[in-house]
Amino acid sequence: MSASAPTTGARRTGAPAARARSPRTANTLLGLLAWACAIAFFLPIAWMALTSFHSETDAATNPPSLGAPLTLDGYREFFGVGGGASPWPPLANSVTASVVSTLLVLLLALPAAYALSIRPVRKWTDVLFFFLSTKMLPVVAGLLPIYLFAEQTGLLDNVWLLVILYASMNLPIAVWMMQSFLREVPVALIEAAKVDGARLPTIMARVVAPVAAPGIAATALICFIFSWNELLFARVLTGVVAETAPVFLTGFITSQGLFLAKVCAASLVISLPVLAAGFAAQDKLVQGLSLGAVK
Amino acid sequence: MSTVASTTTPARGSGTTKASGRPGGPSDRLRAWAARGPLLPALVFLILVTQLPFVATLVISLFKWNAYYPKERSFTWFANYQEVLSEPALRDSVLTTVLLTVTVVLVSLALGLGLALLLDRSFAGRGIVRTMLIAPFLVVPIAAALLWKHVLFNPEYGLFNGLLHWVFGDGATQPDWIAEMPLGAVEAALVWQWTPFMMLILLAGLQSRPADAIEAARIDGAGAWQIFRYLTLPHLRRYLELGALLGSVYVVQNFDAVYTITSGGLGTANLPYTIYQTFYQGHEYGRASAAGVLVVIGSLIIATFALRVVSSLFREESAA
Amino acid sequence: MRSQTRRRICATIAAATASALLAGCAGAGGAGADSDAVNVLMVNNPQMMDLQKLTAKYFTKKTGIKVNFTVLPENDVRDKLSQDFANQAGQYDVATLSNYETPIYARNGWLRNLDAYAERDKAFDRADLLPSVRESLSGADGKMYAEPFYGESSFLMYRKDVFAAKGLTMPDHPTWHQVAGLAAKVDGAQKGMRGICLRGLPGWGELIAPLTSVVNTFGGTWFDDKWRAKLTDPGFSNATKTYVDLVRKHGTAGAAQSGYAECLNNMTQGKSAMWYDATAGAGSLEAKGSPVKGKVGYVAAPVEKTKSAGWLYSWAWGLQKASKKPDKAWKFISWASSKEYEQLVGKEYGWANVPAGKRASTYRNPAYKKEAGAFSEVARKAIVEADPRDPGVQKRPAPGIQFVGIPEFPDLGTKVSQEISAAIAGRRSTDEALRRSQELAAVVAKDYEGRDTQ
Repeated sequence: MSASAPTTGARRTGAPAARARSPRTANTLLGLLAWACAIAFFLPIAWMALTSFHSETDAATNPPSLGAPLTLDGYREFFGVGGGASPWPPLANSVTASVVSTLLVLLLALPAAYALSIRPVRKWTDVLFFFLSTKMLPVVAGLLPIYLFAEQTGLLDNVWLLVILYASMNLPIAVWMMQSFLREVPVALIEAAKVDGARLPTIMARVVAPVAAPGIAATALICFIFSWNELLFARVLTGVVAETAPVFLTGFITSQGLFLAKVCAASLVISLPVLAAGFAAQDKLVQGLSLGAVK
Repeated sequence: MSTVASTTTPARGSGTTKASGRPGGPSDRLRAWAARGPLLPALVFLILVTQLPFVATLVISLFKWNAYYPKERSFTWFANYQEVLSEPALRDSVLTTVLLTVTVVLVSLALGLGLALLLDRSFAGRGIVRTMLIAPFLVVPIAAALLWKHVLFNPEYGLFNGLLHWVFGDGATQPDWIAEMPLGAVEAALVWQWTPFMMLILLAGLQSRPADAIEAARIDGAGAWQIFRYLTLPHLRRYLELGALLGSVYVVQNFDAVYTITSGGLGTANLPYTIYQTFYQGHEYGRASAAGVLVVIGSLIIATFALRVVSSLFREESAA
Repeated sequence: MRSQTRRRICATIAAATASALLAGCAGAGGAGADSDAVNVLMVNNPQMMDLQKLTAKYFTKKTGIKVNFTVLPENDVRDKLSQDFANQAGQYDVATLSNYETPIYARNGWLRNLDAYAERDKAFDRADLLPSVRESLSGADGKMYAEPFYGESSFLMYRKDVFAAKGLTMPDHPTWHQVAGLAAKVDGAQKGMRGICLRGLPGWGELIAPLTSVVNTFGGTWFDDKWRAKLTDPGFSNATKTYVDLVRKHGTAGAAQSGYAECLNNMTQGKSAMWYDATAGAGSLEAKGSPVKGKVGYVAAPVEKTKSAGWLYSWAWGLQKASKKPDKAWKFISWASSKEYEQLVGKEYGWANVPAGKRASTYRNPAYKKEAGAFSEVARKAIVEADPRDPGVQKRPAPGIQFVGIPEFPDLGTKVSQEISAAIAGRRSTDEALRRSQELAAVVAKDYEGRDTQ
């Protein structure tokens, strides 16, 4: 695999000449180029994975020690073996914050998207644009009032506050995605259900949801990823109890002593849920990210 | 503040109001509210959580308020705004934000386009290549920032200098990446994360190209470049714009990478970082809020333009 | 097939509703899962990590008091600390404060005065604490508001073996001019070895600390006693030029991004022959497995116009006024700062890892002297000789050696450090960097005319 990288790089400069050759050769060369790019983009992650299995001293050498003995010390440190902090409470908080906020988003966005696409209200485009415009306001400008509010109401260091904030952070994009997915639902189907005497919740659950299910899944995936990744709110608003995984990760950086292996191990573990979800649902990811414009 | 956005977006709802019918009798009004009903929870929730804090920010911005001098808190009208506007720090960070966002979005769009074109053909291991290319987008951003700062860029034991050492031997140059190109370092890390995102959108765009039109052009003797220029690119325009818009929305607000890689040093402090710094290191609550309000106003002006772009996307979509 | 999907969607929606309801209920309950525990916010330095590991086994077992730690890097701790204490949010009962924050927080009434607690707690033996450390953790009223966990000063570390091979000797009290001369001579003494490592990483706790201690001994100051900014005066600018030139000529690669950690790594890996930094560095250089163990010599911080130039820094435990369990919190503080805890660390992790630099008794302990003999006496002297009130040649308007004890300093110091770091990176001249810094400092100074700070 890696052996092919240098040859491709060298031959790329000769691309015009390659065009003269048969299209099959050109195709092979372009395939190799794609491989080279993929390896270049993936290299930092592969290196992170390798470093996470090295000892701290082997992780900080120049030139890099590729064949250094492998050890699980970094992971031991991360999982708090030997008296350190346990990563499980922060991981549990992250799961709660991202899963519940995603469900909350779906619960709010589905009816809203219905009102914006299947049975559009008047001035529905304005409403849609209002949703998106809230996404463009700098989060940091609202941080102080939210902090002061949380402090006054005793919501500081409470994972449910993050649930609410993450829901508001993802709601605009979710509404946009969902309304474009719901456009796919045939109106005739809904009318037929109405004739049968079905009410709105029933229509939503029985008619709309099944057709839009892949879109809903895509939206949920995106919301989950962005909530899982969030750092700024979590940093400012949590403390002892509600700390999330990304905040926990920053705790491994120290100005005194080596920490590369630990940080690589921690980064990898914390990225794992997102990597797994993303790899498993690549096509859904594309659909969601393009706000449903891509089917 | 929110109203600015909605009034400035051109109202184009008139043709699509089939559900609410013509305004008239009480039953019509009732029906209109029934149609609006499902929208309300989301709308109320969003206004409560995202708009209310900004109102509070507006009020705080009129106070002289430093957390370290609780006794000196007083109402000062617009003095904070005067101070913020006369400070070069905010102007610099506006420029940095624009530069950072534009560079990251354009470079990752260009790279993403190249990769999408490479992937839009069959070759051995295409699925694996795609999976490898998506991976950077799926690394938690703070982990990615830490990875670039400590594992790749570190001048002593980072991978980049390690590779240089390996390839060129002991006399190899060992650049101090972050000090020599601070903004470039932040940009590199962000481009690495956002290129896969752009690639995914553009790849989907490529695959939705009408195959028959391309076949017809090929039969007519069009070269690869001509097909790309006159068929592929126009088709991709919507997807490029969409990628640019979504990328900008997230990169403009970036905090993790700037905070981690340079701590805002060497001219890389963007707006979110500068405001954060005023809050949490300067403890100038009033001044930071004033800066926040100014940024909100600026964002709304830019958002209006950006939304025009989306609305053009949108018009095409509803026309189609 | 179809109905299955439908049922799944129904279930999802039902689950979401239930969770949202649950969310509301749990939210009302608040976060205080176990309200009996003491919440502690601390910096993730090695000494604190050891403390975290020992707490459950020794402190909680003995007293029954559970301790929840939040452990973060220094900058993050500072952001959180100031936010929590300024608003008296009371999330944390105890936090690591440095001698920079303590007097400022004390003046604003954010900390509990600890004198009464210490008096009642005979075993704590406050008289054993080093006087300069005590003074730096006291408010303007002379009362102590934080108890030290460890203290440190700064000194010069050098490679004895390299100096011997070159036939050079290091004076016990070198001047900066001598150090510059020596740096030129040992530069390149071994393959890949540079003359000296000095911090260049932006940050008021990074570059600014050693630089300000150099400024003090060159006769400079940030502000005079009338709150006039003095960054372009000869004292300040000569010191800065010496510092920047030395790093540019004989410093290590990537000096503008090197902080304490990078310099420690350089020194450990034999990439620099000298290092002027915190006395805590010696513990790591002499630790088990260090390749330079036993090869490093230690002398007092280089001077010019003053007799001593070491800084004074201490991480200490402050008790937030808003804390609802001050008695339990004091028990934790008393244990963490005790002689008993030092013994415990000595036994469990070795005497080189003891959080030293706060108690006179530590330096009389034979076990500690045996393990830390190479540097302990120089370090103790540096701490004892430090004068946190007026460390330079002139009267100062605010306390602090390597910092100015005012709330604006982190912001100002960080901005100035970015200018100087840019000079170290060669992106602008030192004069230009100082001119810009002077403007920044003058803005702060203007706010201070007429404010009472001492």
